[in-house]
Amino acid sequence: MIQKSGQRAIPLELREHIPSGCAVSGIMSESGQRFGGRMVADSIATMRFRANGLGGGFAGYGIYPQNRDHYALHLMYDNDSSKETTERLLGKTFRIWREEPIPTAHVQFIKNRPILWRYFVTPKDETKERYYDMTDDDIAIMTVMDINRSIEGAFVASSGKNMGVFKGVGYPEDIAAFYKIDEYQAHIWTSHGRFPTNTPGWWGGAHPFGLLNWTIVHNGEISSYGINRRYLEGFGYYCMLQTDTEAITYLFDLLVRRHRLPLDIACTALAAPFWSDIDRMPQGRKELLETIRITYGPALVNGPFSIIVGHSRGMIGLNDRVKLRPMVAARKGDLVFIASEEAAIRAVCPDPESVWPAEAGKPVVGQLRQDVSV
Amino acid sequence: MSKSLLNPEFLVERDEDRCIKCQVCVRQCAFDCHSYDGDDDEVQSDSTSCAGCHRCASLCPTDAINVRRTPLEFRQNANWTADVQKAIYKQAETGGVMLTGMGSDRPYPIYWDHLVLNASQVTNPSIDPLREPMELRTYLGRKPEALKLNGNGRDVKLETQLKPQLKLEIPIMFSAMSYGSISYNACMSLARAARQIGTFWNTGEGGLHKDFYEFGPYTIVQCASGRFGVTSEYLHQGAAIEIKIGQGAKPGIGGHLPGEKVDEAISQTRMIPVGTDALSPAPHHDIYSIEDLRQLIYALKEATNYTKPVFVKIAAVHNVAAIASGIVRAGADVVCIDGIRGGTGAAPSIIRDNVGIPIELAIAAVDQRLREEGIRHEASLVAAGGFRNSADVAKAIALGADAVYIATSALVAMGCHVCQKCYTGRCNWGIATQDPYLVKRLNPDIGARRLSNLLRAWALEIKEILGGMGVNAIESLRGNRLHLRAVGLADTDMEILGVLPAGRAQ
Repeated sequence: MIQKSGQRAIPLELREHIPSGCAVSGIMSESGQRFGGRMVADSIATMRFRANGLGGGFAGYGIYPQNRDHYALHLMYDNDSSKETTERLLGKTFRIWREEPIPTAHVQFIKNRPILWRYFVTPKDETKERYYDMTDDDIAIMTVMDINRSIEGAFVASSGKNMGVFKGVGYPEDIAAFYKIDEYQAHIWTSHGRFPTNTPGWWGGAHPFGLLNWTIVHNGEISSYGINRRYLEGFGYYCMLQTDTEAITYLFDLLVRRHRLPLDIACTALAAPFWSDIDRMPQGRKELLETIRITYGPALVNGPFSIIVGHSRGMIGLNDRVKLRPMVAARKGDLVFIASEEAAIRAVCPDPESVWPAEAGKPVVGQLRQDVSV
Repeated sequence: MSKSLLNPEFLVERDEDRCIKCQVCVRQCAFDCHSYDGDDDEVQSDSTSCAGCHRCASLCPTDAINVRRTPLEFRQNANWTADVQKAIYKQAETGGVMLTGMGSDRPYPIYWDHLVLNASQVTNPSIDPLREPMELRTYLGRKPEALKLNGNGRDVKLETQLKPQLKLEIPIMFSAMSYGSISYNACMSLARAARQIGTFWNTGEGGLHKDFYEFGPYTIVQCASGRFGVTSEYLHQGAAIEIKIGQGAKPGIGGHLPGEKVDEAISQTRMIPVGTDALSPAPHHDIYSIEDLRQLIYALKEATNYTKPVFVKIAAVHNVAAIASGIVRAGADVVCIDGIRGGTGAAPSIIRDNVGIPIELAIAAVDQRLREEGIRHEASLVAAGGFRNSADVAKAIALGADAVYIATSALVAMGCHVCQKCYTGRCNWGIATQDPYLVKRLNPDIGARRLSNLLRAWALEIKEILGGMGVNAIESLRGNRLHLRAVGLADTDMEILGVLPAGRAQ
């Protein structure tokens, strides 16, 4: 296997994450109305002080309706040879329905851009035959892991259906202009402004992190990262992007998609209630939460964080168990807002019907109405 | 018999100006070091028999006694040290295997002292355990790989039933010490402290005296190669059952409780005649391979109706990771690993000091191996062998242990001075003895209080360590080797331990 450049000296087991500060903002329409990326870009731009220009990004859901059944792979390449190697692998595994460069604009502050390409794919029949014990999603994940682990200079920024991640090194408003995100229509948008504390900015390391339809934007540092990552490796997830946010993304995929836990239960595992609270719960609930904590102890995400988890039918805001990072939520009509600061909500929605601070360890849930299909 | 070539190990000095001839020392020393000459009204000391246990010096009301290493110097020699020569004299005089007690006193590297812990600065806040909850609760036992649930929202129901678990309020248990190797009062102290703190003590292979049945929910009952005291009633009394395959102080070696220590009560508890030696064979005579172990594990589970976790304890030996994997696959719910510095009531010193591997390397190798095989959740991992303080415990947990066993520290808390004479049965501190005159020196109320104090103090310190790292639950430290860095270790050591050198962030 080829090792990534600059990471050669350190075995996978010992690679560490990069702690960060950051701002997050997410907006969705629960009725499934699609809207351009301008609103979320304006919202995140309000919190410029929380970022330092070393990373910004957006995730939009519902942006590729014409290819809704295809995995939309967003790739970042350092050079032509990494692109060729990756395309050989993709061509072997997938039928490629459409491929094209990701449209970008010239923005003064965005420098050293990688080659950005997107592919709309489904696994070939012979691939499914070869991996008959795996689902299409499993095959997609395996391929993503393969590229991220073994192809030097290539990274998969997102891999879901009818969604995409647009990210890079820069302030979020510049990234928004660079990717022209107002030209995409989505029913869910999440965004991130990054303040990494000990690394030069790196395009792959910006947020959101995506795997299948999951995306995470994250403000915080995960002090439990070492064990979260080792736990995930046991299930075939390899954290390659040197950031703890990646681990949270994989945890959601593991608990919700593979273990089929309801989202709220998965949140309970990641930001578990204290034993002293569990001990006082009524018997059934107590047994449930005790069992979740006993089973998913290594998935407990510890340390300061506020995250917005995006998926195809909604978004979830989640704080750590003692709320060491800020998070505010609001509603107006069918719109749900979640952001690091209230100002970022009021900047795009001056008169919300309700505004409330997210509680420690309790998810704020925005989800499409059941009758809405996307 | 000619005079022994062995010189005294210690020199007992008495300050005659301070000595008030109260004879406390005379009464306290079971090694008969001190004597009173009524004719001359003089207290005398014979250094030859001094064990260095400090009982006399500790109890002397006027601090008149001092115990020093004997000033008699051997000719300096890096190979033929005093210890080497003395061992040869001893064996030349007796023709026997040299016995000893406690953990090895050889200077093997203590890796704990080459591992440093992490703390938060700026980018994530540390958490103050005096103001915020800080959780040490730990469950030992087999965990499911994934949970199955039925229903939705608030009506969600568990389909997965957990296998039996032990609930520890702090991740520290008292390691196996048999009634026989230690006294009734020492056992009572351990049992009471375990109950007070919410953890477990372990019977060793001594059986369970009926007086201790009330501590059953806090007791791990051991089933060792001698099967002493193992009855259906015994198995049902405990909260968990431990199959003892090996011990860090004497891997591959059986046990021997001399007949002199087998009094009426011990005879009842162990189910052997008074005054007979209790010999535990080196192997279990019904375990000659891993599948035999599986049979014993399931025999014990059947006998207790699958209500108790079954532990399997082994000594840390060269192939420990593969052995542990086999034990997990054989059905053990908890694997206990005892390292080369682990203690003992009696062991041949040549075995104690030369066989086995350090617990740090063993725990790291086992945890990693079980993860690579995808079976880490199937059993909990308990580390044992020489835990001296709360930092050792935190580091073991960061390497991957679920909990640790302590024994020597517990004995020290009760007064032990690590004189290594446990095998003589003449423990002046009332711990490793069955002599009623000595046993009553250890008051179980005081013993239990000192033990609870120790565990409470260590728990507070571990909470400070966790808070400093910015986490508030022990499961976020468990197996989290990124919170460790190595200082002064070789690359190979670091590779096995899975830690980075200090100074390297990523």
